[in-house]
Amino acid sequence: MKRHLISAADLSRDDALLVLDTAEELARVADRPIKKLPTLRGRTVVNLFFEDSTRTRISFEAAAKRLSADVINFSAKGSSVSKGESLKDTALTLEAMGADAVVIRHHDSGAPHRLATSGWIGGCVVNAGDGTHEHPTQALLDALTLRRRLVGGRDRGLGADLAGRRITIVGDILHSRVARSNVRLLTTLGAEVTVVGPPTLLPVGVERWPCAVDYDLDAVLAKSDAVMMLRVQRERMNDAFFPTEREYARRYGLHGARMARMPEHAVVMHPGPMNRGMEITAEVADSPRCTAVEQVSGGVSVRMAVLYLLLGGSEPAVGTRTTEENSQA
Amino acid sequence: MDDMSNPAPARSVLEAPDIARALTRIAHEIVERAKGADDVVLLGIPTRGVFLARRLAANLREITGHPLPVGSLDITMYRDDLRLRPARALARTEIPGDGIDGRLVILVDDVLFSGRTIRAALDALGDIGRPRAVQLAVLVDRGHRELPIRADYVGKNIPTSLRETVRVLLQEEDGRDGVLLGVREHAPAAER
Repeated sequence: MKRHLISAADLSRDDALLVLDTAEELARVADRPIKKLPTLRGRTVVNLFFEDSTRTRISFEAAAKRLSADVINFSAKGSSVSKGESLKDTALTLEAMGADAVVIRHHDSGAPHRLATSGWIGGCVVNAGDGTHEHPTQALLDALTLRRRLVGGRDRGLGADLAGRRITIVGDILHSRVARSNVRLLTTLGAEVTVVGPPTLLPVGVERWPCAVDYDLDAVLAKSDAVMMLRVQRERMNDAFFPTEREYARRYGLHGARMARMPEHAVVMHPGPMNRGMEITAEVADSPRCTAVEQVSGGVSVRMAVLYLLLGGSEPAVGTRTTEENSQA
Repeated sequence: MDDMSNPAPARSVLEAPDIARALTRIAHEIVERAKGADDVVLLGIPTRGVFLARRLAANLREITGHPLPVGSLDITMYRDDLRLRPARALARTEIPGDGIDGRLVILVDDVLFSGRTIRAALDALGDIGRPRAVQLAVLVDRGHRELPIRADYVGKNIPTSLRETVRVLLQEEDGRDGVLLGVREHAPAAER
């Protein structure tokens, strides 16, 4: 069955807008005395986390619980995985327990795709970040934040896309699943995306991505509506990708003087966790133009929307395109 | 809820002036029964119930001389037939600033049919607050209840068969006012 969210490319423009608009309505539930909806009562959502995560795991858990689903948290540490159990056997166990949806984070690119297409489990698979491949719900919550800040208005941009907005993604594009998902989703929503980084941190084939490529941050700052700073992923770097951290920070870090060159309305985004002093200075991170905290708070609403649209009806309302066709970006 | 699948020629059963008169009468009944309607909150059920609630609020303002809170209550997440169809888009829930605790909440919808929408609305209300009482106002009651639910204020009772469809048109959504009675071509399956 084709009912998963593996890649941001699974979402058409209408799908993406449906997720964002649903998330915007669901965000209002957080203001109520009872922050719970009965919609997924009796459904089981398994959070299958093979890799460390705070934000994503907690927000998926909160999202499932607010929709009244039963949540089973599974982390590789302290489970049979540390005894050498394979993904397949773990999946078969989850299937035997009757999981309606599996939210998976894995250190290997393609693990969610394998889980979704192998026939091991019958439930929906939601990719919560796989290796250096994709992190679609992060892209969705980034798009939600961008829409609120750049379109805004009384309805916080309800129904609007990001047509003509110029978004710059800066830093470690090579290792960033956030960048891959964002390039796809933001382009789907009509934005003009530019990726910026040192040549060593841009992947082979980036010229075939639906975005512009630049190596000079200062050149694109003045014409950006939003700048998304990526974390330098030391844990994925077993090579020297740049001479020193100081040199990286000088050329690609965002500091106060650089931020001042951005247009008045432009915002600074960061998917977290931040390396203060590396890709972003504390001055920028703590400024009102930095949306890092807003991005987190939008995360629960977006994940509620994804779970509702995949699990809430007789069949999923989004992400129904086959995931087989997705080639690695 | 209204029926959308309506290929057969439809017969008009209420015209714009009939709807206006019905809403005026309902407003007077509300004032009479609620003894001045001081603590009334009107909540419309999307889509057309919201417009009806706003019209009722305007009528009530003319009668009582003071504005009263009006909002909307989306019941999608509380429906009992969610798993029978693909997940649907959500509509807006807008609770007036002072909330509904201790108030007389009047739910407003266009058509009362199985009663399942109202059941869902009562569940949704319970998660938002604790009204003093809940009443129901509908423009059309077409019968065929599947739950022990009744309306307190009815614009018009229209006896129907299950093969018939009732469609409410409102200026705000459809460009004109009216209620159409049509005949469904296929058998009434899971229509709610």
